Amino acid sequence: MATTIESPRTPYSVPRKRGVNWEKWGWIYMRASGVLLIILIFGHLFVNLLLGEGIKGIDFGFVAGKWANPFWQVWDLLMLWLAFIHGGNGMRTIVNDYATRPLTRKILLGAILFSVVAEIVLGTVVIFAFDPCPAGSPADLLPSFCPVNQ
Amino acid sequence: MPENSAGTMTPRRPAGTLYRGREGMWSWVLHRITGVAIFFFLLVHVLDSSMVAVAPGAYNAVIDTYKNPIMGLGETALVAAIVFHAFNGIRIILIDLWSKGAKYQRVMFYVVIGLWVVAMLGFAPRHLINVFSEMGH
Ligand code: HEM
Repeated sequence: MATTIESPRTPYSVPRKRGVNWEKWGWIYMRASGVLLIILIFGHLFVNLLLGEGIKGIDFGFVAGKWANPFWQVWDLLMLWLAFIHGGNGMRTIVNDYATRPLTRKILLGAILFSVVAEIVLGTVVIFAFDPCPAGSPADLLPSFCPVNQ
Repeated sequence: MPENSAGTMTPRRPAGTLYRGREGMWSWVLHRITGVAIFFFLLVHVLDSSMVAVAPGAYNAVIDTYKNPIMGLGETALVAAIVFHAFNGIRIILIDLWSKGAKYQRVMFYVVIGLWVVAMLGFAPRHLINVFSEMGH
C-alpha cells in the first residue's frame, strides 16, 4: 500500500471516540475546583492561623467547637472532597508524564486512587461521626458546651 | 539562530508554546512542585485531624507538634507554596479562557509574584510571632 505523506500542518483528524470525554471534564474540574478551593483554603487558613492566637489556640476544644457548627462541617467537607479529587487528578497527570513503564504507572496510579479514596472516606466519617464530648475525658480538654462543663 | 548538528535552524524562542523557557516554564515547574507538596501535606493533615475521633488527648498531643518553631517554619513554607499555587492557578485559568491571556501571561506571572509577596507579608510575621512567642508554652 502506498504511503502518502500529508503536507505539513494538515489538520489532524482522528475519528472522535463516542462517549463521555473524561479528560475534558477533568480539565474543567481542575479549573472549577481551583476557584472554589481558593475561597475555602484561604478562609480555612485565615480562621485557624490568623484569628485569635493562631496555631497556639488550636486544640481538641477548638476543633470540636468548629464541627459543632454545620457551617464549618460543610466547609471542611467541601474542602476535603474538592482538594483530594483536584490533587489526585493532578498527581495522575504528573505520573502519566514521568512513569514510562506500564507496570510502574499502574502501581503509582493505583496508590494515588487508593490514598485519595481512603482519605476522603476517613475525613468524611470523622467530620460527621466523631464525639465532641467523649465520656471519661478530662473536662478541661473538652469544649465548653459539653455536659461536664455546664 | 543557532545551527544544530542536523543543520536545521532552531529558533531561540519556539513559536506556539509558552511553556518552554523563561517565565512560562518556571511558573509551570513551581506549580507542579507546589501541587505535589500540598498533596503530600494534605495526606498527613487529614490523618492528624482524624485524631479527634480517637481521644482529646491524642489530638492535642499531635497538634502540639505543629506548634514548635521548626514546624512553624515548615508551615510558613507550606502556606507560601499554597498561595503561589492558588494565584498561579488563576493565571493558568486566565491563559486558557481569556482571549488575551496568552499575550499577557508574562505580565500575569509578575502580578502573581507581587500578590504572593503581599499575602506572605500579611501571613508570615503574624504566624511566626505566634509560633516563636512563649516558646515551649
Ligand atoms: C488553592 C486553590 C487552587 C487552585 C486555584 C489550583 C489551580 C490549579 C490549576 C489551574 C491546575 C492546572 C490543571 C491543568 O493543567 O489541567 C492545577 C494543578 C494541580 N494542582 Fe492545584 N489548585 C489549587 C489547590 C490545590 C491543592 C489543595 C492541591 C493538593 C491537594 C493541588 C494540587 C495540584 C496538582 C498536583 C496539580 C498538577 C500539577 C501539574 O500537572 O503540573 N492544587 N491546580
